[in-house]
Amino acid sequence: MERTNRIPAGSGRNFGRGGQRASFKEMCQMLKRVLRYMTENYKWSFIAVVLCIFGSSLATRRGTLFMQTLIDDYIVPLTQAASPDYGPLARVLAVMACIFGAGILCSFAYTRIMVNVSQGTMKRLRTELFSHMQSLPVRYFDTHSHGDIMSVYTNDVDTLRQLISQSIPQVINAAITLVTTLVSLIILDIPLTIVCLFMVGLMAFSTSRLSGRSGMYFSRQQKDLGAVNGYIEEMMDGQKVVKVFCHEEKSLEQFKALNRQLRDSACNANKFANIMMPLNANLGNICYVLCAVIGAILALGGYSGLTLGGLVSFLMLCKSFTQPVTQLSQQMNSIVMATAGAERIFQMMDEAPEEDNGYVELVNAKVNADGSLTETKERTGLWAWRHPHSADGTVTYTKLEGDVTFNDVDFGYNDDKIVLHNIKLFATPGQKIAFVGSTGAGKTTITNLINRFYDIQDGKIRYDGININKIKKPDLRRSLGIVLQDTHLFTGTVMDNIRYGRLDATDEECIAAAKLANAHGFIKRLPDGYDTMLTGDGSNLSQGQRQLLAIARAAVADPPVLILDEATSSIDTRTEKLVQEGMDRLMKGRTTFVIAHRLSTVKNSDCIMVLEQGRIIERGNHEQLMEEKGKYYQLYTGNAIEAS
Amino acid sequence: MIQILLGQVGEYKKVSLLTPLFTALEVFMEVLIPFATSAIIDQGIQAGDMGKICFYGAIMLVMAFLSLLFGVLAGRFAAEASSGFACNLRESMFENIQTFSFSNIDKFSTAGLVTRMTTDVTNMQNAYQMMMRIAVRAPLTFLCSMVMCLVISARLSLIFLVAILFLGVCLFLIMSKATKLFSQVFHKYDDLNASVQENVSAIRVVKAFVREDYEKNKFAAAAENIYRLFVKAEGRLTLNNPVMMLVVYGCMIALSWFGAHFIVVGDLTTGQLTSMFSYVMSMLMSLMMLSMVFVMITMSSASGRRIAEVLTEKADLTNPADPVLEIADGSIDFNHVSFAYKHGGSGEETLHDIDLHIRSGETVGIIGGTGCGKSSLVNLISRLYDTTSGQVLVGGKDVRSYDMEMLRSQVAVVLQKNVLFSGTILDNLRWGKEDATLEECQEACRQACADEFIERFPDKYDTWIEQGGSNVSGGQKQRLCIARALLKKPKVLILDDSTSAVDTATDARIRAAFAKKIPGTTKLIIAQRISSVKDADRILVLENGQVNAFDTHENLLKTNPIYQEIYETQQQGSGDFDQPAPDTGKESA
Repeated sequence: MERTNRIPAGSGRNFGRGGQRASFKEMCQMLKRVLRYMTENYKWSFIAVVLCIFGSSLATRRGTLFMQTLIDDYIVPLTQAASPDYGPLARVLAVMACIFGAGILCSFAYTRIMVNVSQGTMKRLRTELFSHMQSLPVRYFDTHSHGDIMSVYTNDVDTLRQLISQSIPQVINAAITLVTTLVSLIILDIPLTIVCLFMVGLMAFSTSRLSGRSGMYFSRQQKDLGAVNGYIEEMMDGQKVVKVFCHEEKSLEQFKALNRQLRDSACNANKFANIMMPLNANLGNICYVLCAVIGAILALGGYSGLTLGGLVSFLMLCKSFTQPVTQLSQQMNSIVMATAGAERIFQMMDEAPEEDNGYVELVNAKVNADGSLTETKERTGLWAWRHPHSADGTVTYTKLEGDVTFNDVDFGYNDDKIVLHNIKLFATPGQKIAFVGSTGAGKTTITNLINRFYDIQDGKIRYDGININKIKKPDLRRSLGIVLQDTHLFTGTVMDNIRYGRLDATDEECIAAAKLANAHGFIKRLPDGYDTMLTGDGSNLSQGQRQLLAIARAAVADPPVLILDEATSSIDTRTEKLVQEGMDRLMKGRTTFVIAHRLSTVKNSDCIMVLEQGRIIERGNHEQLMEEKGKYYQLYTGNAIEAS
Repeated sequence: MIQILLGQVGEYKKVSLLTPLFTALEVFMEVLIPFATSAIIDQGIQAGDMGKICFYGAIMLVMAFLSLLFGVLAGRFAAEASSGFACNLRESMFENIQTFSFSNIDKFSTAGLVTRMTTDVTNMQNAYQMMMRIAVRAPLTFLCSMVMCLVISARLSLIFLVAILFLGVCLFLIMSKATKLFSQVFHKYDDLNASVQENVSAIRVVKAFVREDYEKNKFAAAAENIYRLFVKAEGRLTLNNPVMMLVVYGCMIALSWFGAHFIVVGDLTTGQLTSMFSYVMSMLMSLMMLSMVFVMITMSSASGRRIAEVLTEKADLTNPADPVLEIADGSIDFNHVSFAYKHGGSGEETLHDIDLHIRSGETVGIIGGTGCGKSSLVNLISRLYDTTSGQVLVGGKDVRSYDMEMLRSQVAVVLQKNVLFSGTILDNLRWGKEDATLEECQEACRQACADEFIERFPDKYDTWIEQGGSNVSGGQKQRLCIARALLKKPKVLILDDSTSAVDTATDARIRAAFAKKIPGTTKLIIAQRISSVKDADRILVLENGQVNAFDTHENLLKTNPIYQEIYETQQQGSGDFDQPAPDTGKESA
């Protein structure tokens, strides 16, 4: 079988990754882990596979050896007999047919079982990988490029699939063939076996040298491919700009240089890989000749117990001894590649999930006659924090109101670089707090803290008087609504997307939310109304429409506290008005933290925080701040000197 | 399609031909080697003749070395040919794309072009290398073995004929069904990856709404679905091996039975029977390989088709035969212009019957709702698209009569979706003028109010810009893009919503600089903010692809209801309060 040197598609994303070849030891460890992962759920299937491969390999071996018995024990006597009796031949052929039949069954069984094992493992791997990814903290997604994360799913999982479904069975098969043949060889003649082993050693040596060289070129090829793909992506993305600036020739020139470099490294990588097979096959041929000559000398000279018939069998076996070595060498490269992929997959799997030590839960509550709260199963629209106290084993209930306080909060994305200093703020239920300030002042960062996308370094954030570290993260986040600057929608209908806010919302509730968000109007005009399919992050909607949907989504969740990051992207004035109205309606009666870009939003706020370089430098309502004539005044009157 | 693709082999034709040649030689050697092996057994070992063993052993060694040599050469040339082929494909595509007009680019979409140049080319490279070697090796091995068998015993070869027919039919049935299933699987697979992509970029939403479990379940269901399809498809493929073995073993048994009869009669020797056994093996192996080639071709043909599409795409805007090389002045005239997008649009006209006349040096503001045709209108001026009907004149001459490169250097457009490229700030600025001096660049940046932040970077003009300009903020990016366009010293400057992320004060300063430094340049400013256009000489109000009004700010405020409405809402305070947050390049990447 011809080997192919597959370059994983889209490996431009891998640029800079996996450039270093893992050491042999690490590779073995990775392989062991893959095998363990695979056999965990399929222990018996895997044992059956190994047994079946064994059976099928025995049948094949029997077939090779059968030739000689056929000729020596059946055909030759037949030619010498006066009246040939084909009976014994027919009988032995029938026996062989049975053996072959069993071999075929074994071979079918193991390939079929292997399909289930490999695909089942892939399914498990994919789902576990995805589940694990969902549990990773936001920090992971902020610090890893999305292209790299995607590449784990597209490239690495795929190479691993090839490893599991093709390489592993082939390697097992080759190993079993190798061992059974070796045993037969040793039984036949020991000195010749040593000759054979010497040649195999030579093959293994040349293979490892070659694959080392080709591996080096392969990683260079990967690197060059990454550079070319990166350049292509960049240029295609900016193709319209290229046209406007008539920069075609220059970018073609640059591309040519990169492309040629890739050609040369690809040529080298493939060259070494292509040489591997003829080299091994012909080393096998040379081994055959050596064995024939040495064997003949031994047999004719009578130096060892080798008979001529034995030598013939030996030579036959010798061919099938070198074959699996060739096969193994063919698998080397894909194994190397797959282990690199496996490493990245397991790296992601080993990434620590988001920690949650909270124990305060959000529960439905109802008010007792005496005014106290008790927990209830049904949806009452009244929520309470269920706060168990480990000290005395009691449970207290606190009504969910939306009172948020920041107490001297310090925060940095890294411990050594604090970006928010001594943030202090109090938001009583229903209040609207606006954050303003120049780019990079830390406005968006503050909103990442309330829902615990990131944990603070110092200070305390309390929600209804409870330290948010004590609240279970899912419950905390359920009590917060969020509308982000970049609207992300999911593949599904418009209704599905609104219902994302609360999965058990009825159609009527969703429509009511859409009406509140001012989204109802445009949805009605869509070809299928609420059943219109959205694909590719809602690319069939305009920016403004997407924002309206995001507002509706938050509205259906109906949380007591809202975090709004007003979008700045240019939407036309009419849609803008709709968005603004929707936002205003959504904010009514809720504690709201808003990163404001609109004057009206700011003006209507109960309290405005002016942020500068991670500190609150001014606070107060619009009138107070205007009187102060500070930074806010500058921003408002448009006389700001840009500070980005 | 095949012709187009083969045309790309180009200078690698020689090595592309050498590959099959050497593969053929290698195959010949491989076919001959069993002859030597059986000779060693029959004439040497069985007869106990040491001389013969050495003689045939030597022959076999020579053949092995030759086969090795041919094999190495074939592998070498194959590598050279296939990587060269891929190189040419990429280069030709890139070259052709450079000639594409906007409308050609719209047709393929950026993502489409990237896939074609990366994944599809890689597929073609693999397929080409494989085909050059296997497509020669398999049929040749088959033929040679067949000939050898016929030479040995024509009657016994009949067995193979039956076997091959049986195998051929079985393989065809299995493969044709399997490839169909596989293409289904891969389609689903793409969907799955798309949903992962969606989740990765929307992770904040998922977490904010605590939908991790919901997403997990959704994903698990999709993965289960893929698992079922995959098992079905691969299960189909697993039939291959047993069918193959069945045929091989069947042949062996039939061969043994009939062979024995033939030998008894004296029509066949035992050595010949052994040779036939090995030929039958290689014949069936080559059939197996052929079926692989079949799969490979079907799988790569989609890639090949998509590459050919790009290669054959003709730019739909071409330079006139006798282009005008100079633009008289910056005046712009639209004579009853209508325009519809050929690709990606609904097919309806985006602009209807636009009749406009702009004097050289005039500053014109353009305002209107999303999708009213503002960008489409200005894109016609630098001939990024051609009109469907009517005429666009610059400097009194039809834009179609100008040399396109000259036209575009004189009519500078700062696109709405603008990009910076990886390189230093200076590199990026010099896109506007290749040999611009540092002073010229600084001057352009001063006009675009970009110098103030550039000077604050530690490396100043040598600051490295990441791909897509992800390390500068949106407003900074826009100002750099304006500076880049200014370096062209154009006669017409078009800003397509290019200051939306710049704060109002800076925006005003940029406009003031324009008025002072480049008074002779015709300036067209598309904006959402009234404040950005109100100082313009005249303001064009577009509504549904038609000119609604074209007048001064004061007059429009008195007479035009659309303009009044926009003005009203913005006065109520819906303008940008401060500068936008930093460009979140990473999240959107």
